[in-house]
Parts: sequence; C-alpha cells; structure tokens
Amino acid sequence: MRQARFTLAVFVVAVAGALTLNSCGDSSKTSSTGNAEANGPYQLAVKIDPKFEAGSTMEKLSKAKKITIGTKFDQPLFGLKGPDGKPRGFDVAIGSLVASRLGIPYENIEWVETVSLNREPFLQQGRVDIVVATYTINDERKKVVDFAGPYYEAGQSIMVLKSNTDVKGPEDLRGKPVCSVEGSTPAARIVKDYGANLVATDAYSKCLEPLRNGQVIAVTTDNVILAGFVDQNPEFKLVGEPFTKEPYGIGVKKNDDKLRAFINDVLEDAEKDGTWKRLWQETAGKVLPTPSPPVLARY
Amino acid sequence: MKVILENFGLFWLGFISTLKLLGVSGIGALLLGTLMASLRVSPFGSFRALSAIYTELLRNTPLTLVFFFCVFVLPKLGIVLDFQISAIVALTAYTAPFVAEALRSGINGVPIGQAEAARSLGLRFDQVLTLVVLPQAVRMVIPPLINVFIALTKNTSVAGGFFVFELFSVGKRLANLHGSAVVPILVGIACFYLLITVPLGQLSQRLEARIALVR
Repeated sequence: MRQARFTLAVFVVAVAGALTLNSCGDSSKTSSTGNAEANGPYQLAVKIDPKFEAGSTMEKLSKAKKITIGTKFDQPLFGLKGPDGKPRGFDVAIGSLVASRLGIPYENIEWVETVSLNREPFLQQGRVDIVVATYTINDERKKVVDFAGPYYEAGQSIMVLKSNTDVKGPEDLRGKPVCSVEGSTPAARIVKDYGANLVATDAYSKCLEPLRNGQVIAVTTDNVILAGFVDQNPEFKLVGEPFTKEPYGIGVKKNDDKLRAFINDVLEDAEKDGTWKRLWQETAGKVLPTPSPPVLARY
Repeated sequence: MKVILENFGLFWLGFISTLKLLGVSGIGALLLGTLMASLRVSPFGSFRALSAIYTELLRNTPLTLVFFFCVFVLPKLGIVLDFQISAIVALTAYTAPFVAEALRSGINGVPIGQAEAARSLGLRFDQVLTLVVLPQAVRMVIPPLINVFIALTKNTSVAGGFFVFELFSVGKRLANLHGSAVVPILVGIACFYLLITVPLGQLSQRLEARIALVR
C-alpha cells in the first residue's frame, strides 16, 4: 500500500512538472506564416528559412546567420551608441530590417562604427557587409560602391545660436566662420557655393562648443544630424529650409547587383506595409516630422 | 597620381600651414624648454619643483588631451583664443618638456669641473649657464633635439582635428571627395611630411659634424 502511494505521488508530481514546464515556452513563438515575431528592440519579424539564389551574398549571409553592418555611433536619431555599447536609431532600425529579412535575428548582427572616411574602404575590403550610416548617394561614390535605396532624403541645413537673428540662410554665411566635418559634402559645398570660411574638425559634436562661445557663427550639415543636436541642446536652432537634397542609401560592395536588388525589394515592401513609417516614428520620428518615404532609385 | 597634381594647390596650402605650426611651436618649445631645463638645475628649490611638476605633467599627458584643454576648456575659463593660436600653445606646451629633458641630459654630461671653475671665477648662476654650461650641453645633444623636432612635425597633424587646416586635413578632405584614390592621396601626404623630416635629419648630421662635442 505504501509503495503504491509513493508511486502515485511520484506520478502526480511528474505530470504536474511536465505541464508547468510546457506552459513556459520560449519568447519567440512561431506563427502560422512561418515568421518568428517581435525580435529585437524594433520588434521585427525574422524570416525563418528564407530561400535565396545559390551563390548570392544573401544565401551566404542567411546560412551563416550573421551579418556585419556599418553604421554611425555618434549621430543622434540615426546611429547613436547607447550605454550598452550597441547603436540605436533609424539607420540601425533599417539595418535590422534587412537582417531580419535574411533570417538573421537582431542579436546576431555585428555593428561596426563607420565614419565618413572609411565607408568605402570597409565595403571594398569586406570588413562590413552593408553600410547604413547617413550615407549620401552620389556619383563619385558610385564609382567604388553601389547603393540600394534611398531610404530617406535629408537636406543640408544650418544651425545657429537661438539668439542669432543675422543668419537666415546659407547666403548670409559668406566670409563667416562655419563649422563642419573635414572632407564632408556639406563642408565642401558651403565653401564652394556660398563662400563661407570653413572651420573644420573630425566630429560634428566638436562643433558645438565653438558655436556656444561664438568662435563660429554656424554649424552646417544634414538637417537630421542638426535636429538631433537641437533636440539635446535647446540653446541652438535650425534656420532656413534645407537647401540641398541628400538621399541616404545603403552601401553595398560594387557590382553586387543581386544584393542591391534584394535590399531594394525589402525597402519597397517596408514602405508599402507601414514598417518604414513605424520604424521612423520609433526612432528619428520622436523629434522630426514623419515624411513620406522617398522613391527608390533602382539602377 | 592625377589627384595629387590636380589638387597641388591644396596640398601646398596644407604644407605651408604645417610649416607655420612647426616653426612657431618649435621656436616656442625651444625657448620654453631651455627655460625649464635651467630652472630644473637652478639653486632654488621652488624653481626646481616648479620645473619638475611642469615636465612630469605635460610629458605624461597625451597631446590630444592637451589640445582638448586648450581648445575646449580654456574658453570655459574665459580665455578664448583663435584656433591657430590655441594649436601653437598646445604644441609648444607639449613639446617643451621633451626639449627640457634632452637639454638636461646634456647639462648633466658637462663635467662638473666646468661649473665649479666658472663659480670660482665669480660668475652668477645665470652666467655660468649661458656662458659655460649650455653652449657645451647643446653641442652634445643635437641628435635627441632634432628627434624632438621631427616628432613635433608629425604631431602637428593632431591640430587637424581641432579646427586648424593643415596637411592631414588635406588628406581627409581629398579622401572623401575621391573615394577611389585614397591610397595615392595618403602616400602624397606622407611624401610632404618626408619633405620636412628628411631635411631635418640631414641638418642634424651636418650640425653634428661641425659643432658636436664628443666626450
């Protein structure tokens, strides 16, 4: 009798244990469409077992379940490194989106800092697979890398002290000291087209102190980068309308047409089904107004 | 190669700017360094301490940090300088301790009998230094001194990140404009630096041959 009771007790405990363990499943459940849901900080659906053309970069990346993405680490709203060492922003969200369509979850993405100078060399050397880093598409760069997108259209703008009433647009900067990053397109343009005195450094954040104490009159670069600084520093303001068009693209290795076409398809789908808008509103859209997504330039 | 020739004017502007930084900072560092070395061997304890503290502080601080202090912290303390002047101040302050230490090793190399004989003739400390000891000391330390100035030449590139346009800034600007020719551009920049450092090395050898004192 005692032995039977003991056996019954063990059996009950075993069944109860099995039921309990069964009910705490893992966090990513699979839905009937074959996608795992809500992965990573941007709640993206990671494609399960995507099929790609044999020999293509997409197949290589999705089989390895790893991707290296170059992005900025110091641009508020687009790519800003957080205290956990990982960048956050719209560029990061778009990169995660591309990875998720390759079947690569957010945790497997390796983020590498790419600054203006090393975006092309890193792509050429294969140090990164794609670059999503406020990367303006232009013909000079197309000689050495290829672009998918654009996924956003920024424009060059000017930031001054809130108390400044003299500067209303780029024409007012002629002969005045203006800060920007050495070698960037906005820096070259403000000198060539508007005759400003360029005071150059290697990071936009270094321009803020000279602006505060009056050593430079204005800081110029893409409006989204400036908007991030205005958001964090209320003593600055943007003036005038953006006076150029800077289409941000996703850089890929030259002549990898299949990868480029794939990324363009991913962007087009995201723009159609509202993912683009959602990712924007969760990142840069917290400060900037939500535009309509730009027309893709397939070539 | 074509990129270098097309933009030669820009290279030249950067080169001149680097030369200007080198020249003014070099002379400043020489003067300040000699002063610091003299203070270090003076008979007054407070002067010796002052020089020792300055040398240790500036020698062990990275140049970028010294620049950072001059360009970003000084304005907060009320001293707003033109960017080129800030760069020269930073470079001078950083290089002076190296000059001072090189000179001090030369001073130590002058036989003590020289200083004693000068003192017994009734010469004051500053006269002992300027008339007897330093002339002999400098002739002994020409290689290390030229070393310091070659290092200064290369250190001027740090100014490029702090709002001064010099040779390395030219490299950054052109590399971004011509992404397909980054390597030739950097080689061109290196050649311009060599244009400064190689003659400095030659000068060192010539000076040594003529006025060096080997004990």
